[in-house]
Amino acid sequence: MSDITKQSLTELVENIKNKKLSSTDVTKAFIERSEKSKELNAYITEDFTSALDKAKKFDQKPNLDLKLPGIPIAVKDLFCTKDVKTTAGSKILNNFVPTYESTVTENIWKDGAILLGKLNCDEFAMGSSNETSFFGNVQNPIDKNLVPGGSSGGSASAVAGQLTPVTIGTDTGGSIRQPASFTGTVGLKPTYGSCSRYGIVAFASSLDQAGPMAQNVKDCALLQEVISTYDSKDSTSIDFKRNQYSKELTNNIKGKKIGIPNEYRVDGMPKEIEDLWQKGIQYVKDCGAETIDISLPHTSYALPTYYIVAPAEASSNLARYDGVKYGFRAKGENLIDMYEKTRSEGFGAEVQRRIMIGTYVLSSGYYDAYYLKAQKVRNLIKNDFDEAYKKVDAILTPSTPSSAFKIGEKTNDPVSMYLNDIFTVPVNLAGLPGISIPAGHDSKGYPLGLQIIGKAFDEQNILNIAFAMEEKINFKNKITDWWIK
Amino acid sequence: MSIDLKTIKHISKLSRISVDEKKAEKLAGDLNSIFDFIEKLNELKTDNVDPLTSVAETTLKLRPDEVKSKNIREQIIKNSPQDNEDYFVVPKVIE
Repeated sequence: MSDITKQSLTELVENIKNKKLSSTDVTKAFIERSEKSKELNAYITEDFTSALDKAKKFDQKPNLDLKLPGIPIAVKDLFCTKDVKTTAGSKILNNFVPTYESTVTENIWKDGAILLGKLNCDEFAMGSSNETSFFGNVQNPIDKNLVPGGSSGGSASAVAGQLTPVTIGTDTGGSIRQPASFTGTVGLKPTYGSCSRYGIVAFASSLDQAGPMAQNVKDCALLQEVISTYDSKDSTSIDFKRNQYSKELTNNIKGKKIGIPNEYRVDGMPKEIEDLWQKGIQYVKDCGAETIDISLPHTSYALPTYYIVAPAEASSNLARYDGVKYGFRAKGENLIDMYEKTRSEGFGAEVQRRIMIGTYVLSSGYYDAYYLKAQKVRNLIKNDFDEAYKKVDAILTPSTPSSAFKIGEKTNDPVSMYLNDIFTVPVNLAGLPGISIPAGHDSKGYPLGLQIIGKAFDEQNILNIAFAMEEKINFKNKITDWWIK
Repeated sequence: MSIDLKTIKHISKLSRISVDEKKAEKLAGDLNSIFDFIEKLNELKTDNVDPLTSVAETTLKLRPDEVKSKNIREQIIKNSPQDNEDYFVVPKVIE
């Protein structure tokens, strides 16, 4: 079967269970394609030899009752993987080899998956284009010199380019949904507390969430089913009844009430995005759902709030990188000099910028004016959603205010880069689940996504809406394999 | 709102990141444009709003205070840039 890498996760699982394919066949196919795809720069660390060994071992005694039987999967390099280098896209962790495994990756290995390698991302997940990675830009399989989005840029590129059947990313302000939108793939940011944060390199702890990225909604549901578990090792992990998301998936969304928030019509938004949104509204109506105009009045305050809360938490989380216990160390004249040089040489420009913002807003005399103020506004933003959900079951918005942009186009203007996350950030601030699905193309042929936002712990509902819409949209990603010589 | 070079030097000291003149100027420019954008929050009156510290509406669970990771000294110092078998080594702090 020459087209193994074109198959969805669901198809691969079925073919392995029916013994039409072995884990070795599948693993070999994805390794071969990954080898031919170096130009995408999607991987930071390849673990191919070990993956093939594991696949052969699986085939000797296959356990076909597992949900991901012998399926090779590459994951974002923000998840600690035991004995496999984990860098978070940073020079400061360039040589870090964890001695333990993150809970979400442990979950997929327990269900039969095999690690293919670690995927490129913005440094410490801070970025919207994968351009802040110490390991270089990632190419978008859609077109040459186009960013794949970020921070899960390597993950999005690897799924769209069929280097891995599915992947796990993380999303603090849009880092799963925005790259999914830029690459014509599906990405789910689960409810805060759904997936354990144990073993994930921390960025902003009150916002970080791991989630699945896939070619289609069903694959996304299956992966979410595996990674979402209660974990006592994460104090914010929540013990709630989790659905069998892929088994319970249905396209019957008749009678569902979908909110359309007027405030997401932002100044300067291209007409293509508005048109796409209107098409999305028509699709959900065609599926028998009802749309209702709603208001989320504090939407425009979400980004400024995020750029206080996230850097504040980051400045505290990243204090641990001091050149003493692990990671890069620079030479210094004394202890303080060593700290300062280690952090100055080990962190890239965007990370330093955010540590500085965070340090400033938490510093004496500014705490109330910035940090406390942002936490109050965060409450107002969450209240907007609470009010809206008295009237509707879910909310439909565009995923991003534009399609993917060229590498280098926004690197000199941090604020214009931040504006990419205008539709995704409010969801993190409120701790809600959100999914981006590909919904059309712009005039350049680049993919555009729509976002469905749900109530807390209502992943099943937004997956169902996404599943129903996916059928109507019938999106085809335009991948020409331009990078394969 | 304007963040001057003196403030940048102060923040860089607090965050333990060394900053030379050139980098300080670039940072001042970037931070000023970011804070101009953040100032928008001042449009809102929030005197009677409670701060939101956690979106997860649960109380933290208690657990028995037991040691679960034993004999992991080797693992802990495995990634240290400079170690001496039993402990982390840093530049001399006591003369």
